[in-house]
Amino acid sequence: MKTSASTPWFFLAPNVIVILLFTFVPIAINFYYAFTGGVNLYPNQRPGVGVENFSTLLECGSYFDPSSCRKDVFWQSIWNTAKYAIFQVTLMVLFALITAVVLNRKIIGRGFWRGVFFYPVLLSPVVVALIWKWILQRDGLLNAAMVGMGSHPVLWLAEPGWAFFWVTFVSIWAHMGFYTLILLAGLQAIPADLYEAAQLDKASPWRSLTKITLPLLMPNLLVVVVLALIKAVQIFDEVFVLTGGGPGSATTFVVQFIYQTGFVEPVRLYGIAAAGSLLLALALVALTLLQLKLSNAEKTGERVK
Amino acid sequence: MKALNFLTRTRNGRSMDWTDWLSYSYLAMGLFLMFGPVLWLVMSSFKTESALNEFPPSFLPYGQKSIAVPGEEKMKPVYRVKMPDGSTKELAELRRIGLTSTLIDPARPDDLIRVNVKDREPVREFKLATENYTDLGGQIKFGTYLWNSVFITLIATILTLLFNSMAAFALSKYKFSGRTAVFLLILGTLMVPPAIVLVPNFLVISELGLLNSLWGVIWPAIATPTGVFLLRQYMLTIPDELLEAARMDNASEWQIYWRIVLPLAAPALAVLAIFSVMWRWNDFLWPLIVLSKNEKFTLQLALNAFQGDLVTQWNYLLAMTVITLLPITIVFAFLQKYITQGIASAGVK
Repeated sequence: MKTSASTPWFFLAPNVIVILLFTFVPIAINFYYAFTGGVNLYPNQRPGVGVENFSTLLECGSYFDPSSCRKDVFWQSIWNTAKYAIFQVTLMVLFALITAVVLNRKIIGRGFWRGVFFYPVLLSPVVVALIWKWILQRDGLLNAAMVGMGSHPVLWLAEPGWAFFWVTFVSIWAHMGFYTLILLAGLQAIPADLYEAAQLDKASPWRSLTKITLPLLMPNLLVVVVLALIKAVQIFDEVFVLTGGGPGSATTFVVQFIYQTGFVEPVRLYGIAAAGSLLLALALVALTLLQLKLSNAEKTGERVK
Repeated sequence: MKALNFLTRTRNGRSMDWTDWLSYSYLAMGLFLMFGPVLWLVMSSFKTESALNEFPPSFLPYGQKSIAVPGEEKMKPVYRVKMPDGSTKELAELRRIGLTSTLIDPARPDDLIRVNVKDREPVREFKLATENYTDLGGQIKFGTYLWNSVFITLIATILTLLFNSMAAFALSKYKFSGRTAVFLLILGTLMVPPAIVLVPNFLVISELGLLNSLWGVIWPAIATPTGVFLLRQYMLTIPDELLEAARMDNASEWQIYWRIVLPLAAPALAVLAIFSVMWRWNDFLWPLIVLSKNEKFTLQLALNAFQGDLVTQWNYLLAMTVITLLPITIVFAFLQKYITQGIASAGVK
């Protein structure tokens, strides 16, 4: 049998058909939903409403005050997501960096320690949420420790401030290992002779960290930050199980707003949900472009090195 | 004084000491924070329902001691009883009516002893409440959920390996117009997170009649861009001469793919298989939307549904959580090297 022009397409077909059917066709339909209204799922029963879905979402007295907005939960979720993304990414990358630096040292049992920090990454979001829900519940381990130290038990997931704190904490716990691994790979690419030279010059460990490690790791660090941001704005699963978005809407994030609007509310506003997801997509596209730009810069940086 | 030592030590050039000390304490803290919660979950899953309600909780699972009593079918719980004469005895409780407890000394089964419930307290011993696990099959449709999860994970992984490797084969071993475009199209899907296309995908799935069908979870998940990328990069390293030689021997293109390229790409396929199993086993948002009937739930959905119940039966919930994290833990324990290498090289989760 000879290779014909159609042979590669025969091999590509299954994968490409699935991608078209479940990614590209849905993207097109999503635009249609975003510009049509009503509560019908079927496109032919949906009246066109122009940009009404978007203007409903964007109608706001002041964008800084969610309660002045027509879709107050949407804006609450946007501010929550922004706040979460900033805190979670900053702290997570900081701890991932510290962990990677420690793991990159000459330590006994490096494989084991790496495994310790990486293990939670593999757990499902539901399992992660349940592990912590069990610890944070009213009669849980943490409150036992609080009482043991002479303090009062706290309803960790029922107070808005604490709930937000724990959501951030738990997601750092669950995802830190992934970024640690990427940074560790970056650290291992730094030539060892640089450190040997620094040692000969009697440079302190702190000095070699700030003058060698951090500058050379910077490109990786930037990529990690953007990757973490892309993940952070899509936060849903573990928070949904841990707090359900509550108390009130203190831990409701954008994806949960889309899910609630499209699939949970008694009146399912698919148009609003689709419009919301397009706005989210806009943010993601911006972040992805940033990432591509940074990783290009990283490659050019390597060539210069 | 200590702080001074700390500083001078670094200045004397014996800097390794304190940085090492710091490193290991950081690692120890990490071990406690990362594994501690999981260990606590596992310990708790072996506690009886009443032990779970205790506050403050004990670390090890304790349960009430029980003992066989002559003439009784079931084991009876043991209590330490304050007798009217002031002495204490360990007795088995036969029954309790109101505030009166009827107890018996198993050594002397003829004497019934009646005391106020205030005068008895349970005798506890280290005991694994394995019934949390063994009862799962009967109490809740655990077998169904497990089967649904296993079915989705296995079928989706097999299809992922097949579809992705076929695409990777075409992209790495043929030159044709549109190759770059298709490759970019596939990689582009990396940028389309499932959360963005929830609503329209729901329509596609319901049009295909796949709502509340396990296939509705499987199909959208299998064409992973990561898999195509991983396999293509690996297949590029397989020399084309091998393929040419096979063509000389009149092998068909399918045979070349199936007999030559696939076996040679086994290491990359293995990495993808590990990832696919983890992805599908842990999936949550998409199954949550497609599967709304209880008998179609995966383990993840069942866990979510139970934790949301008004009265959470933590003893079963914890046991089920442990079973859900078990396969992932086993995979990790044996294949850690491949997983971490895969992530470091492809940057995928």
